[in-house]
Amino acid sequence: MTGQTITEQILSEKAGRDVTAGDYVEAAVDEMIAHDVTGPLAIDAFEDVTGEDGDLAAPDDVVFTLDHHAPADGVEAANNHNIVREFARAYGTHQYEINDGICHQVMIEEGFVEPGDLVIGADSHSTTYGGLGAFGTGVGSTDLGTAFATGELWFRVPETLRFEVHGDLPEGVYAKDLILTFIGDVGFAGATYMTAEYAGSAIQDLPIHQRLVLANMAIEMGGKAGIVEPDDRVATYLEEQAGLDVSIDPDLASDDDATYEAVHTYEGSDLAPQVSKPSNPENAVDVDEVVGTPVDQVFVGTCTNGRYEDIRTVADVLAGERVAPGTRLIVVPASKAVYEKCLETGVLETLVDAGATFQSAGCGACAGYHQGVLGDDDVCLATANRNFPGREGSMESRVYLGSPATAGATALYGEITDPREVETPRYDDHAVADAGVVR
Amino acid sequence: MSVEGPGRAWVFGDDVDTDQITPSRFIVSTDPEELADHAFNDLRPEFSANVADGEFVVAGENFGSGSSREHAPLSLLGAGVDGVVAQSFARIFFRNAINLGLPVLICPDADRIDDGDEISIDLDAGTVTNHETGKEYDAEPLPPFLQDLVDGGGLKPYTKRKLGTAE
Repeated sequence: MTGQTITEQILSEKAGRDVTAGDYVEAAVDEMIAHDVTGPLAIDAFEDVTGEDGDLAAPDDVVFTLDHHAPADGVEAANNHNIVREFARAYGTHQYEINDGICHQVMIEEGFVEPGDLVIGADSHSTTYGGLGAFGTGVGSTDLGTAFATGELWFRVPETLRFEVHGDLPEGVYAKDLILTFIGDVGFAGATYMTAEYAGSAIQDLPIHQRLVLANMAIEMGGKAGIVEPDDRVATYLEEQAGLDVSIDPDLASDDDATYEAVHTYEGSDLAPQVSKPSNPENAVDVDEVVGTPVDQVFVGTCTNGRYEDIRTVADVLAGERVAPGTRLIVVPASKAVYEKCLETGVLETLVDAGATFQSAGCGACAGYHQGVLGDDDVCLATANRNFPGREGSMESRVYLGSPATAGATALYGEITDPREVETPRYDDHAVADAGVVR
Repeated sequence: MSVEGPGRAWVFGDDVDTDQITPSRFIVSTDPEELADHAFNDLRPEFSANVADGEFVVAGENFGSGSSREHAPLSLLGAGVDGVVAQSFARIFFRNAINLGLPVLICPDADRIDDGDEISIDLDAGTVTNHETGKEYDAEPLPPFLQDLVDGGGLKPYTKRKLGTAE
C-alpha cells in the first residue's frame, strides 16, 4: 500500500486494520476528557446507554475537570460541578478540582497523553494533544458518554493538510503568529474534517509549549486534529512536566509518499507577528496594520496561551513598568502548576506590581462566562483562540487575537503594539530566585 | 418517513458558531426545552418565541463552528426544528447532530432559500424542495455508515444495541 500520514497510522493502529482517509472506523480510544459544561451531558448519555449501574470500559482512562465555571459563578454551575464530582467518585474516574486548571493543560501535565495516543475530549480544543504527537479531537457529549461505556468511537479518517515552515523564525514571531498566519491563509473552514499537520525545520525547532499552540488552534480552521510529529523534545518535555518515561517511535511520522490534501510551504524569515481582527480568527493581518488600535482590556490565558512561558513573556515586557492607564490586564494561568511556577519565580509579583489582575487557574473570560467579560463597545486583545461575536461578553464588544508578546506590549501602551518595538529584558528565573523573591 | 416538512425556513448566514446558536451564558442547563428558550438569543432574538414544531434552520457555509458543546444541536431539537440545511457544516456540529438524530443536509443551493419560505427535505433522496418557488435542490446524501446511524435513531440506540442494553 502507499504511504500513510501520521493520522492514518494512528487510526490504523487503534482500529486494528489499515485505514486510509475517507474510511469510517470504530477505533479504541486511549483517553477521554470532559469538563463542567460538557461532563453532565456525557454522564446523561452514559447512564442512558448502560442503564442502571452500568460499567465504564476503563475508569482510569476517564478524566473530568472543572475549569469553565471555576470557581462556580452560580447555583446551576455549582450543581453541575457536583454532578461531575459524584459521578467521578461513584465510578472511580479521575477528577480534578476548580483551580487545578484547564482540561487540556491538566491532561498534559498529569501525564495522561503520550505520542501516538487517540484522545477524545468533549471540548473542541482537544486538538491540543497533537502538540505531543497524539491524535486528539473534539467530540460531543453523546460521543464521550457512549465511549465511557464501550472504550471506542466512530471516526471518519481525515485527509491531511500539511503546513511546512522552513528556516528560522525572526525575533518576536511565535507559534501563535504561525497558526494565525495559517488560518488567515486557508480560512476559518479551510481544514474542515481534516488533520492540520505541521512540519519543517522551524516547527521542529519549536519548544513543546509552542507546538501545543499550533495543535490547539487547528479547530479554528475547522480541523479535526492538529499534529506535529513527535521527537525527542516530546520525551524530554513529558519527563520534566509529568515524570513520564516515554521512548519515541521513529516510525511514528508521515511516510515520504503519504497523500496530502495540499501542502502549504513557508519560509520562516518571511513571517511577522500576526493579529486576528474581530470577529473571526481568519482575519489575521501583520501586526503593523493594526498598531495603535486602543484597547480597554488585555486578556492573557486560555488553553492556547496560558502556560508559564506565555505569562512570563508578558512579565518580561512589564517588569518594572505599569499597565497603561485606562487598560485592564487580566492574567489567568492555565493550571495550578502554572500558577505556582509564576509564584515561585516572581512572575506573579511582577505582574501584580504592574497592575494586572491575576486570577485562579481555569478558562477565565475566554468563553464569556465570568470574571472579565466585556461590555458593549469594549475592545480586548486576547491570547485566546477565538474572537467570535460576543465570545467574551457583549455582542458589541470586539476581540483581537495575538501572541503573549503582543499582549504584553499592548498592555504596556494601551493600544495594539508591535512586540518587536518593545525592549524586553529577558526575565531570568534564577536571578529572580537569587534576589529572594521566591516565597 | 424520510420526508420532513413542509415547514418554514429560518435563514441564517455563514459561520454561525455554537455560541451564537446557544449563547454560553445559558448553557448551565442541559434540558433541550430550556436551551430552546435561548436559541439564537443574541443573533435573532425573535427566534425562540416564534419557532414552531416542524420548521427548519437554513444556513450558509460552516454552520455550527466553534465549540464541541452539544447544547447547540440540543437547543434546536428542543425548539422542535425538523432539520438543518446548510451549504456546509463545521465538523463537530455535524457529528453531534447525527449522533442526536437531528437531520442535517449539506445543500450547495441553500442560499437560494429565503427567510420564511416553506421547504421540505427528503433525507433518502438527498433533496430540498422550496415550495415557494417549486424548485428542488440536490443535497449530499449521507455516507452509508452515517445513514445507518441516523436510521437507527442516533449514537445512543446504536451503542445500546452494541452493548445489549436495548429494550
